[in-house]
Amino acid sequence: MTTKPTADRERPAIADAPPAVALRGATASLGGRPVLRGVDLTVARGETVALLGANGSGKSTTIRAVLGQVPLTGGTLELFGTPFARFRRWQRLGYVPQRSTAAAGVPATVREVVAAGRLARRRFGPLGREDKAAVRHALDQVGMAERIKDPVDALSGGQHQRVLIARALAAEPELLIMDEPLAGVDVGNQEALADTLRRQVEAGTSVLLVLHELGPLAPLIDRAVVLRDGQVERVENPDRLHDLACHPHGAEPAEAAPKIETGLLT
Amino acid sequence: MIEMLNFAFMQRALLAALLVGIAAPAVGIYLVQRRQAIMGDGIGHVALTGVALGFLLSANPVWMAVLVSSLGAIAMELIRWYGKARGDIALAMLFYGGMAGGVMIINLAPNGSNANLTTYLFGSITTVSAEDIVAIVGLSVFVLLVSLGLRRQLFAICQDEEFARVTGLPVRLLNLLLAVTAAVTVTVAMRVVGLLLVSALMVIPVAAAQQATRGFAATLGLSVGFGVVVTLSGTVTSYFVDVPPGASIVVLAIVLFGVVTALAAPLARRRFRAAHPGGTGGKDSREDLRGEGGDASEADGGKAATGARGGVRTDGAAGTDRPSRV
Repeated sequence: MTTKPTADRERPAIADAPPAVALRGATASLGGRPVLRGVDLTVARGETVALLGANGSGKSTTIRAVLGQVPLTGGTLELFGTPFARFRRWQRLGYVPQRSTAAAGVPATVREVVAAGRLARRRFGPLGREDKAAVRHALDQVGMAERIKDPVDALSGGQHQRVLIARALAAEPELLIMDEPLAGVDVGNQEALADTLRRQVEAGTSVLLVLHELGPLAPLIDRAVVLRDGQVERVENPDRLHDLACHPHGAEPAEAAPKIETGLLT
Repeated sequence: MIEMLNFAFMQRALLAALLVGIAAPAVGIYLVQRRQAIMGDGIGHVALTGVALGFLLSANPVWMAVLVSSLGAIAMELIRWYGKARGDIALAMLFYGGMAGGVMIINLAPNGSNANLTTYLFGSITTVSAEDIVAIVGLSVFVLLVSLGLRRQLFAICQDEEFARVTGLPVRLLNLLLAVTAAVTVTVAMRVVGLLLVSALMVIPVAAAQQATRGFAATLGLSVGFGVVVTLSGTVTSYFVDVPPGASIVVLAIVLFGVVTALAAPLARRRFRAAHPGGTGGKDSREDLRGEGGDASEADGGKAATGARGGVRTDGAAGTDRPSRV
């Protein structure tokens, strides 16, 4: 354990560091049905990768596989150059699951929910002053600091999502993994999320996110991996992404547009 | 009133009631948080088999109940992991099997009858023996060490299990520990409130507390306070009025729930008005009203205001249907 919250984040000198995520030839099944059929996915340090695809194309399963929540039936997974079986430094991962609410059966304050993110660093140890500062900082980053004492069930859908992102940021992760962070979030909150993410990307955090639509996140994305039936259909470069974001209904280039539309909007 | 403390059986009953009042809500809160409030009831049913086995084997019924109900709780946890589709049926069979097994075994036991079970089903202030007290104190210490000592970890797991796994916590181990702790709590409480009503003491103080609280720590503290109030007052009631303490404790708990709910509603309204001056138009709501998302977010804000938990789902559909435009 480090004493300073940011001590083990050596961001700039990462050019030849192993990638944050290296998934090769991944296959996985859910309930006997093959969901991933040979997915290759790499997220380099500092890179922002979006996973796109129709419902049922395997986007969420892919990121759950990256987190070890879906066992691979074939292929390999390395996180930060460590084979997953030997990966223990969970504080390097920040996970924002796809949920419409941060609430459960008992009231909880925003602070309590976000503090759960610090367990990645503290495990069974007590939370100290430094953890409190990290919780507050994470809430600052999503613009929810003034709601720290509020119960989460008094928040709107977009604010729930911001709290869940703050919970992931509380561990000060080097790789942020988000499953549909824009789902159910109104435009104002989407822009607040884009601001948060931009600051993370500028600080050197790697990001892997599942998106249904690029929305205000489009300018941040380095690469989009489009999945179809559990396989990588194609990888889009940033220039193309700009067009995708600006002209989702396919003004240019005409030949690719119909295919893209199914990937993004269905 | 004070002279009841001269009786050793009453001293033991009150000590047991105090410990149960602390332990039951402290564990029950995690079951409520995970929306498994009924789990304690199931464990209670299974514990009955343990009590009956104690009679059959001439062993201490409390320790046999600890053993059998722990095994039952572990089985329930395993069913939760693996029995996704028909898990509820499997749990139901475990509950009924525990009850039926208990009644069957007690009747097989030499000089055993259903009458022996009555004090275990509804509790009794006169039957907490000196031997029981040693077991109750020891088991209560274990329950409190787990439920309070690991509160951050258990909170994280019961709030969002998948997230907790990604923080690297040993979630399966902690879930098993919570299951065993719940089983031990049921056994500790069975002498005072009885197996049929033990679940009420794990759930009602928590339900009452959360009418008035905004956070988990506050709910935990207040529910333990409520638990102690109802177990002690219920035990004293049973001293004066000859009813099983389980019944008086649970009736008092429900009355307390009603009183807290009646008092908390205006309090919550005032709090909401303080937090959102001028209706729903707080700072964030105003921000939400920008752009085309205005309608959806306003409706959502209103729903959150009425305290409908988990009611934000419908808004999600509206959000994802919106085409991407920058």
